[in-house]
Amino acid sequence: MTGLWNRLDIWARRLIPAGLSVVLVLVTVIPFPIPGYGAIVPMLALASVFFWAIHHPGLLPPVVVFAIGLLQDILTGALIGSGAVVLLLAYGVVVSQRIFFRNKSFLVVWLGFMFVAAGAGAAGWLLAVGFSGRLIAADAALFQVVVTIAVYPLLTWILHGVHRLLPQEA
Amino acid sequence: MEYRRPGLIERLAVPLRGMGQRLVLVSLVVVGFGFMFLANSNAVFVERLRTGVADVAAPILEVVLHPVEAVDRGIGHARELIALRSENARLRQEVRRLRAWQGTAHRLAAENEAFRAMLNYGGPERIGYLTARVIADGRGPFVKSVLVGAGARAGAAKGQAAVAGGVLVGRVTAAGARTARVLLLTDLNSRIPVIVEETRSRAILAGDNSARPRLQFVAENSELKIGQRIVTSGHAGVLPPGLPVGRVSAVAGGLIRVEPFADLARLEYLQIVKFAPLGAPGAVPDGTGSGNRRK
Repeated sequence: MTGLWNRLDIWARRLIPAGLSVVLVLVTVIPFPIPGYGAIVPMLALASVFFWAIHHPGLLPPVVVFAIGLLQDILTGALIGSGAVVLLLAYGVVVSQRIFFRNKSFLVVWLGFMFVAAGAGAAGWLLAVGFSGRLIAADAALFQVVVTIAVYPLLTWILHGVHRLLPQEA
Repeated sequence: MEYRRPGLIERLAVPLRGMGQRLVLVSLVVVGFGFMFLANSNAVFVERLRTGVADVAAPILEVVLHPVEAVDRGIGHARELIALRSENARLRQEVRRLRAWQGTAHRLAAENEAFRAMLNYGGPERIGYLTARVIADGRGPFVKSVLVGAGARAGAAKGQAAVAGGVLVGRVTAAGARTARVLLLTDLNSRIPVIVEETRSRAILAGDNSARPRLQFVAENSELKIGQRIVTSGHAGVLPPGLPVGRVSAVAGGLIRVEPFADLARLEYLQIVKFAPLGAPGAVPDGTGSGNRRK
């Protein structure tokens, strides 16, 4: 009995990175009754994927990243697949630089995130322009990137707390 | 924080696993692009996936919305209490002003009734409203749309107008069983046939992701002035004519911008207009010889 509970417990904990990312997607689309919230909502899923790609990529495999991006696209009404591709690209970049990011000070990681967020914003904009065939003003995307970067320290702090709950593995 | 050095097996296993993962990643990116191409060509599969997932997510979003709404209501109550006195004074003034309007409205309604009787007009179009809550907000940098918690089961269908407080917000672009997506009139892909209320000249209101959509295809000789009201023309068939849309806010060098009446930054509930235009099958009992029926 205890063995079963133990295993269930471990499984539940293993689902945390994916589950939390889904929750963050929901948070980004909930119509908070704050005027203009929709215009400034940060890319929380990107921050989450960035974090877990460094600390626990095993619990957030590419398929899950893809599914999270797809969910985000569907709920926000964005071009379906665009968010998924952007998340996957960011994930790929971060996982390949994972060794570099580990053991680095928070400032270095944050700087890394700035690049990733800017790249994600640019990639999202390029996809939107490419598929709509029209030049879309980039100011809103730029603003979103800035907000995302600004929110990252707070989110990291929360995610670090959650990270301690996870079963340790390489 | 301390990290232990990876052992021999890990050192061998990680690159191998890495290669497999990279392959998965690349193929998923390809799949993602496939989705985008399909979505761009309005494939049925993508549409189904979209509405299906939204339908599944809707109950979850509605549950999450409860506490958010409760807090908002609390804040709203507190704010109302604080502003009670000034609000009261403002309302008194408004009542006085509106009373005058009420008289005018009554007079015009009677006059309209009389004119209709004279013209043997076929009667008003059938309009039904469906109130729905906004459950997901998709106002990202590239799209301006919202997901509402009422779908085809409640009577929502693609093309219908969505209003909030009586003014146009956008139109339904997809309806699942329990959810519908409303494309706001500021979205890049939003095109709404409108007329200038005063001059009755036609135009198309085209969104460009900015807060104030543009007025396109305006007749050459129509003189537009700032402040003129823009309403729906009803020419597309599913949008009822005469819905207030916005006010002309800028006319400069052929670029005409319209400030929407609707507060698109804060949408909580909106109404989907179920509209059956005159002459639509089953809309109005036939037999009244109405001259303005269009084929």
